[in-house]
Amino acid sequence: MIVAVASGKGGTGKTSVACAMALALDRPLTFLDCDVEGANAHLFLHPDLKSEEEVLIPYPTIDRSKCDACGICVSNCHFGAMVRLGKKVKVMQNLCHGCGVCRLVCPQNAVVMSGRPVGTVHMGTAGLMRFFCGELRTGEALSVPIIKRIKKERDDTVIIDCPPGTSCPAVESVEGSDFALLVTEPTPFGMHDLRGMIEVCRRLEVPCGVVINRSFGEDREVESLCKAKGVPVLLKVPFDRKVAEVYAKGGTLLEAMPELAERLNEVFFEIMGLKR
Amino acid sequence: MIRIAVLSGKGGTGKTTAVASMAWYSDDLVLADCDVDAANLALTMKSRLRTKDDYLGAYTAAIDLELCTECGRCEDNCHFGAITDLRVNAIHCEGCGACRVVCPAGAITMSLRKSGEIFVLDTAHGPMVYADLFPGESNSGKLVTIVRRLADDLAESDGIDTVLIDGPPGTGCPVIASVTGVDLILAITEPSRSGEHDLLRLIELAHHFSIPICVAVNKWDLHPGMTREIEESCRRQGVMTVGRIPYDPSVMESIKAMRPLPSMFPKSPAALEFHRIWKEVRSRSKERGGSGIALKLD
Repeated sequence: MIVAVASGKGGTGKTSVACAMALALDRPLTFLDCDVEGANAHLFLHPDLKSEEEVLIPYPTIDRSKCDACGICVSNCHFGAMVRLGKKVKVMQNLCHGCGVCRLVCPQNAVVMSGRPVGTVHMGTAGLMRFFCGELRTGEALSVPIIKRIKKERDDTVIIDCPPGTSCPAVESVEGSDFALLVTEPTPFGMHDLRGMIEVCRRLEVPCGVVINRSFGEDREVESLCKAKGVPVLLKVPFDRKVAEVYAKGGTLLEAMPELAERLNEVFFEIMGLKR
Repeated sequence: MIRIAVLSGKGGTGKTTAVASMAWYSDDLVLADCDVDAANLALTMKSRLRTKDDYLGAYTAAIDLELCTECGRCEDNCHFGAITDLRVNAIHCEGCGACRVVCPAGAITMSLRKSGEIFVLDTAHGPMVYADLFPGESNSGKLVTIVRRLADDLAESDGIDTVLIDGPPGTGCPVIASVTGVDLILAITEPSRSGEHDLLRLIELAHHFSIPICVAVNKWDLHPGMTREIEESCRRQGVMTVGRIPYDPSVMESIKAMRPLPSMFPKSPAALEFHRIWKEVRSRSKERGGSGIALKLD
């Protein structure tokens, strides 16, 4: 059972809900923090990080002795990562996606692909959990290769803390999950971004349900959106200034609201029935 | 031209609220919402549509099964795992064209598809550019660069000297595209461990690209101790803090009403602090005097 905790908007409470669920289940499972641009789950789960692994992407280097600056690689690179400067061709590191087209088209066989590190995966344990989180290197643009590496980890129960947004990093994180738990807040921002996320789940054919965080009790607009989209509202976490105060110091949602543990177990059980 | 980007690292710390509130005090801005995954700035204020264009951002491969000899070379050479059993998965295809290059039968064509829309609106504070990347699409960095360039062009043609950018969360592709060539980053953070953690990553990014950055702590009184810790971390990094926005229930009310905070609650503590921060940020951004480099798409 793989549960992805996702949200189009940032700061709705993905990490809080993912960590709370992992702790509430209180059983051996694997926790994957795929928000590699701003991984925070370790601040709440305090894993004992035992090892790390560099993530490499294929990267072209040009053999100057062979390159005659014909420019065929430049015109074939869809990412604008090959630039010809006078009699030299240069690779723009930040734009390169590592697709290898330059190597394929070079008539002089002057392009050699090697590996370039874009980030790190940290691995460890937190109580009964196996814990993995990714970290994108400063100044690097591509988080997807790191997410792909993290997602190789399998288990009977997997909880994924996804990055915000609805484009590649979020898609990569949610894809292949049995269920997506979409965390939203009852504001026009939250609603707008929830719509996008429901659409992502539909495209990926991952069933989803909604958690309304910081609920004021009456969330008619979110509820009617969910109803219209055929998506169940599985949980409401009431607004409470105390939660923010506990969270500020790295305390979990369960520390602020112990009664949520039982509800989260029920939600997990419900998800088992809704998964694909 | 002066470009100021509002960022945070962590999502949901109040970037959009800050941009909408600060913009309220000016009528000579170009606003650029660069959070193309979740563009919310337009939801905060009244506007009139000026233009709307398609974003043809994504190339996708298509295999002509009539010509295909099923040799499998496309599959072997796709670095993104986007081809399986002669089918192209549009979500994974990055449009690099490796499959087309290696196909001995000429069975693969690359075509552009519409993957988003770009809008220009008129607001009381100046024109606003924002884009809507369709759910599940890629190339957000490229779309951000287009939004930025359009904003620069509008500033030029409308004779406006300041571009205010509402940025995306994180530190990756769309963030890098949002900060390229800006004069100043205003980081909005919150007093929490996660807020601090992601802020420090953002500061590292700003230093990496040599962009001046200053910090304001939103909802600072939710945890004064944590706020002081964050301000201390900033000092150690040589980063200036420019304000503390108090937790203020009128912020939530204005978001729900879809109006800028100062228009509904001009005397609210948060609005007054945003006004003060804006004056400070504007004057600081001018110190560097628009020396941010011009944007380049490639």
